[in-house]
Amino acid sequence: MRAVDALMECLKAEGVDVVFGLPGGANLPTYDAFYDAGIRHILVRHEAGGGHAAEGYAKATGKVGVALGTSGPGATNLVTPICDAMMDSVPVVFLTGQVRTELLGTDGFQEADTIGITMPIVKHSIMIQDPREIPRAIHEAFHIARTGRPGPVVVDIPQDLSRADIPYEPVTDVRLPGYAPTTDGNQKQIRLAAKALANARRPVLYVGGGVVSAEASTELIELAEADRLPVTCTLNGLGAFPGVHAQWLGMLGMHGTRAANYAMDEADLIVAIGARFDDRITGKLTEFAPHAKFIHIDIDPAEISKNIPAHIPIVGDAKNILPRLTAEYRALGPDAGRLEEWWRRIDGWRERHPLSFADSDGPEIKPQYAIQALYEATGGEAIVTSDVGQHQMWGAQHYHFPRPRRWINSGGLGTMGFGLPAAMGAKVGCPEETVVCISGDGSIQMNMQELATCTQNGIDIKVFILNNGYLGMVRQWQELFWDRRYSAVEKGQWPDFVKLAEAHGATGLRLSDKHTLVEDMRRAIATPGPVLVDVQVTAEENVYPMIAPGSAARDMVG
Amino acid sequence: MGEPGTKEILSLEDLEAAGNLRTGRRHILALTVENKPGVLTRITGLFARRGFNIDTLAVGPTDDPALSRITITLDGAVHPIDQVTKQLHKLINVIKIRDLEPADTLARELALFKVAADGPTRAEVMGIVDIFRAKIVDLSKRAVVIEVTGTRAKIEAFEQLVRPFGLIEMVRTGEIAVARGRSET
Repeated sequence: MRAVDALMECLKAEGVDVVFGLPGGANLPTYDAFYDAGIRHILVRHEAGGGHAAEGYAKATGKVGVALGTSGPGATNLVTPICDAMMDSVPVVFLTGQVRTELLGTDGFQEADTIGITMPIVKHSIMIQDPREIPRAIHEAFHIARTGRPGPVVVDIPQDLSRADIPYEPVTDVRLPGYAPTTDGNQKQIRLAAKALANARRPVLYVGGGVVSAEASTELIELAEADRLPVTCTLNGLGAFPGVHAQWLGMLGMHGTRAANYAMDEADLIVAIGARFDDRITGKLTEFAPHAKFIHIDIDPAEISKNIPAHIPIVGDAKNILPRLTAEYRALGPDAGRLEEWWRRIDGWRERHPLSFADSDGPEIKPQYAIQALYEATGGEAIVTSDVGQHQMWGAQHYHFPRPRRWINSGGLGTMGFGLPAAMGAKVGCPEETVVCISGDGSIQMNMQELATCTQNGIDIKVFILNNGYLGMVRQWQELFWDRRYSAVEKGQWPDFVKLAEAHGATGLRLSDKHTLVEDMRRAIATPGPVLVDVQVTAEENVYPMIAPGSAARDMVG
Repeated sequence: MGEPGTKEILSLEDLEAAGNLRTGRRHILALTVENKPGVLTRITGLFARRGFNIDTLAVGPTDDPALSRITITLDGAVHPIDQVTKQLHKLINVIKIRDLEPADTLARELALFKVAADGPTRAEVMGIVDIFRAKIVDLSKRAVVIEVTGTRAKIEAFEQLVRPFGLIEMVRTGEIAVARGRSET
């Protein structure tokens, strides 16, 4: 059997039903095998679009995404999605073509050292050196991508090896002597954590994307409801705890709510679950949560005590640990009354500092209102992807996610151009769902080309561009911290997004009236096929509240 | 910790943070890794990326052809060693890491010294070589090449003593180490 045909068998054995990619010289054999393999292949317009689509697919479904590119530029175009998947722990297998082995190291046509270039940004990578290694390498790649802390795995296959004949036998086991993630939390540590929690008077559950990856949302809610424990989520954790819930404090961090950030600031015990104390969460590290002790639950031991020393570390899978922590906590029968004072304090912050903005008097659309309108138009029941910038923060603040895997964005790397292809991948993975993308006039232009992919393949996504004519977040920082010296942030009103949508075979709409916005958005969502909506919003609006970079949470502004 | 459900008092004040502590001493890490291309690059790349400084690094085969041993020494006053080992453990090709206890470890390094030694000074240099149980491996009219094996401290002491004679060149292998006793490192 040709090695590439064995590759197809391996993909099918892994349950792969769709891949995103773009062919070239070095992966022609693989594409020949796709011709009749019975695996859906979506031809993207740029490899980066394919990579982000695979991420969107993985984030929406929880399954491993697959993206393909050829050697050289095909692989280098995948570098951004690979790094993005690494930062946000997204399980994606990247299959790259490589030049023939006799050309390796000779600067051959379309040769790039893909393994070398991607080494710092992968969970693992495998360079194929013998065609008989291919089946095992593919299964190892999927196993590593999906287990433990998920992440990207690159498999680089030289063209001549991929067309070689190999004896193929299904691989049923994966042997990796250096890889054994700890999933069971230590019982003594869990018991200690329960005791600490039972004695805390000002506890906060600080929840990250790890709870989404672990599919541990239900278990989290059970722990929180065991005793009215307050919950806040990171940008990537949104949806792990319901966005409408009495114990929900809102997102924390740079553009989080005051209630969430002040609660962290005054907490005596913080339970971090699948979160990694990123600088956008902690602000000034030395002044972060100064009164708190930390319980840190994470499947990646290297995250524990990386930025903030943990008092009770628990390494393992949140889905395994949280129910045991809840049981231990319940068994202690903690005094519920001890949290009353804490809730009075939190309720005070919630009352005094709700998320707010000054709405316009006339038809002008404030960007925050545009998100509220989208929330209303979708009934809160859409998978929402986003690009990176102000619109992303407003999306995180004003759209309330009821469940995990409903909010898909680039959190760690902050990749502009992520949103549209991610929506494409999410829609392919969840065809029954409404999938919308919140974008900006800057971000959308970074992977706009995939709109044609959507039209061609009937991938029905609805893109809402909050168009303010600026690189809005950069402009905001220049306004606040650089004396309003607006340098290289103004884009004006080009391109014409309606015409551009039409050129891609999609429907283009331009909205500028607040009074009809909800209705107009409903109509856009009901329009068949991909729709690109240019929402004209206030040009100079800032995201608030804000912890200025290098400041402490208690000094939030706006 | 007692049995589940027992209501022992646990005061939050008594909890101490673990980890991220600088040990203040030199550490020898013995890594067992898969003998595959690129593994060393992954390790050195990780050190560079995370800003960890390597003092010495020695790589070689083991009794099992599928495995290599990498011995790394680094300064625990500068780096949180537990963060270094945890990051190394994340590399799939790294099978085992041991942070060797100094008291239970045999560490050796080999060094070659090329020392200017002509006429009257030669005998003096040879005297030092004798005392250190070192070996002269090359002799020419104006220089000797000396092989020294031993602990890092011994090699550094030797260097200090021969430097005044005119140290033309010195090369060192970096330390390799095994645990004392029967157990495998």
